[in-house]
Amino acid sequence: MNPVLVAGDIKVSFLKENQKRLFGRERQQVLRGVSLTLEEGECLGIIGESGSGKSTLGRVLAGLLPPESGVVYINGKNLYGRHSAHDMAALHHSLSVVFQDYTSSANPRFRVEHIIGESLRALERLEGRAVDRKRRVAELLEQVGLPASYASRYPHELSGGQLQRVCIARAIAVNPRVVLLDEAVSSLDASTQVQVMDLLMELRARHGLSYIFITHDLTSITYFCDRVLFFNSGRVVEQVDDMRLLSAIRDPYARQLLDAVMGIGVEHGSARQRLASPLVRRPDALGAAS
Amino acid sequence: MTAVLEVRDLTVRFRNGKRLTSLVERVSFAVRRGGCLGILGESGSGKSMSCKAVLGLLDDNFQVEGSALFEGRQLLGEHPEVLRRLRGGRIGVVLQNPMSCFDPLYRIGEQMAETLAEHTRLSRNGIREKSLELLELMRIRSPEDVLRKYPHQLSGGMLQRVMIGLALSLRPALIIADEPTTAIDSISQYSIMQEFLRIKQAGETALIFISHDLGVLSLIADEVMVMHGGTAVESGPAARIFAEAQDGYTRHLIRQHKAVMSRFLSAIHQRPEVAA
Repeated sequence: MNPVLVAGDIKVSFLKENQKRLFGRERQQVLRGVSLTLEEGECLGIIGESGSGKSTLGRVLAGLLPPESGVVYINGKNLYGRHSAHDMAALHHSLSVVFQDYTSSANPRFRVEHIIGESLRALERLEGRAVDRKRRVAELLEQVGLPASYASRYPHELSGGQLQRVCIARAIAVNPRVVLLDEAVSSLDASTQVQVMDLLMELRARHGLSYIFITHDLTSITYFCDRVLFFNSGRVVEQVDDMRLLSAIRDPYARQLLDAVMGIGVEHGSARQRLASPLVRRPDALGAAS
Repeated sequence: MTAVLEVRDLTVRFRNGKRLTSLVERVSFAVRRGGCLGILGESGSGKSMSCKAVLGLLDDNFQVEGSALFEGRQLLGEHPEVLRRLRGGRIGVVLQNPMSCFDPLYRIGEQMAETLAEHTRLSRNGIREKSLELLELMRIRSPEDVLRKYPHQLSGGMLQRVMIGLALSLRPALIIADEPTTAIDSISQYSIMQEFLRIKQAGETALIFISHDLGVLSLIADEVMVMHGGTAVESGPAARIFAEAQDGYTRHLIRQHKAVMSRFLSAIHQRPEVAA
C-alpha cells in the first residue's frame, strides 16, 4: 500500500476575535501539530466535537488554507509547494470536497446539470479535451442513484438527501483520488444518512477512492471507516488503526465520545451492566451520566 | 391514568388557492403524566406539523380538524390568546434550533426574565433568583456570567439547555420537544438527553419527543408513533415496535438503524452482536 495523502505536523492559528488591547496581535492556536497518513483506498475517520479544529484541518488538506508550518503531500507532491499552473490544477483536482451544508454549496440559480457541469468544465480545461457533458452528467447522476431526468432541476426542487447526492456527483466528476467528506451526512435524516453512506461505499469500490470522513458521530464512523483519529482542541488525542480495537481507547475525551452513543442495543442505565467490561470499568463516568 | 394530552383524528390541510393539500391525515395519539411519546419520521412526514397544529401555531392558511384535549380542555379552535398563555406556561416547547430561538440582541438573562415575567408574578429579584436556580438546575457553570451573555457567546448545547430550563421553569404538564438534539454535536446531544431523562424520571410532566433519530428515541420513549407521508403508520410501546414492527416502512428504518448499530457494537465489543 502506498499513501495517497500525507500531512506532517500541521499548525494553524488565527488572530483572536476579541483582543485584550487595541491592535493586539494575540493568536488562537487552532491546530497544534497534526500528522496523518491516508493509504490508497481506505477510509479515514476524523471525529471531534464542534470547535475542535477538524474542519480547519479539512481546509488545510483541501488546499484552501496554507498552514503556518507543516506539509501536505498528495501523491507525493507538496500541495503548498511551487508548481506550474497545470500541475497545481491537477494536484487540486486529485482531492474533492463534499461539505455539510448542501444548500449553500450549490448555486440556487444553477440547474443540476450545470452544478455538475462546472466540475466537468474544469476537467476539460485540465485535460485539454472535450467531454460529452450531457452524457457524463447522466452517467454521474445514475452512479449516485438519481434518475437522469433530474439534470434539469434546480436545487430547491430536490430533497436534502438528493441534493447531497448531486454534491457527491460533482465531487467525483473530476476523477479525484481522495474525497474529503466534511460532515457530509450530518445534516441529513438518520435513514438518509445510511443510504448516502452505502452509496459512498459503493462509489469507493467502483472508483478506487480514498475518503477522509470528518464527523462528530461515532456510529457513522464505525459503519463506514477503516481507521479513526480522535480530535480534540487541535490535536490528535487517540488513533485507532483497527476498528475492532475501538473499545481499548484510553483517552478520556475519546471515551466520552464512546459513551455518548445512543441507539437500540446500547441501553443506558439499568441494562448498561450487560455491556462488555470497557464501559463498566469507569465508575466515575457512569456516575456522571446517570 | 388519564392522558395529559389526547389527540384524536387530527387532520391538517394546507389551503393552496382553492385546493386543499392534505399534510396530516387522521393522526391520533395520547401521552400521560410521566410518560414519553416519541414521534419518529423523516423530514416532511408531518410530525412537527401535528404538534404545531395542536399548539395553535398554524395560521389561517391551514385547516385543522379533529380534537386535541389537554387536561380535558379542547385546544383546537380555542382563542389564540388563551393558547398563547398555555404555551410556555402549562405546555413547554423546545424547538430544534436553539440559535434561532433566542433574540441575538438581548442578553440571556433578559430573555429568561421576559418569559418568567409573562407567566408569573415574581418581583425583579425573584425573577433573577429563579433564573439562577434554573441555570443551576440545568448544570450550567457560573450562571451569573451566563445571564449577562449574548446568545452568540454560548454554544448550541448550552443554549439548548437554557431553553429546556425555561420550558421547565413553570412546571408544565406537558413538554413538546421538536428535534431538540439535531444539529448539536454528539457529546452535548448526550448530555441534553440526560436532562430530558431526568425530567422524565421526576414523573411530573408528560413528554412528546419528536425526532428522526431512532437512537435518541430508543433512549427515552415509552411509546413510539411512526409517521410517514402524513399518516401514523405504526404506534405502540417502544420495545414492541423496535422488536417486531408490523409496518414495512418502520421495519426498514429499524433494520437500517440496527445495521449501523451492529457494526458499532461489534467494534466496541470485539465480537458480532445484534443481528441486523
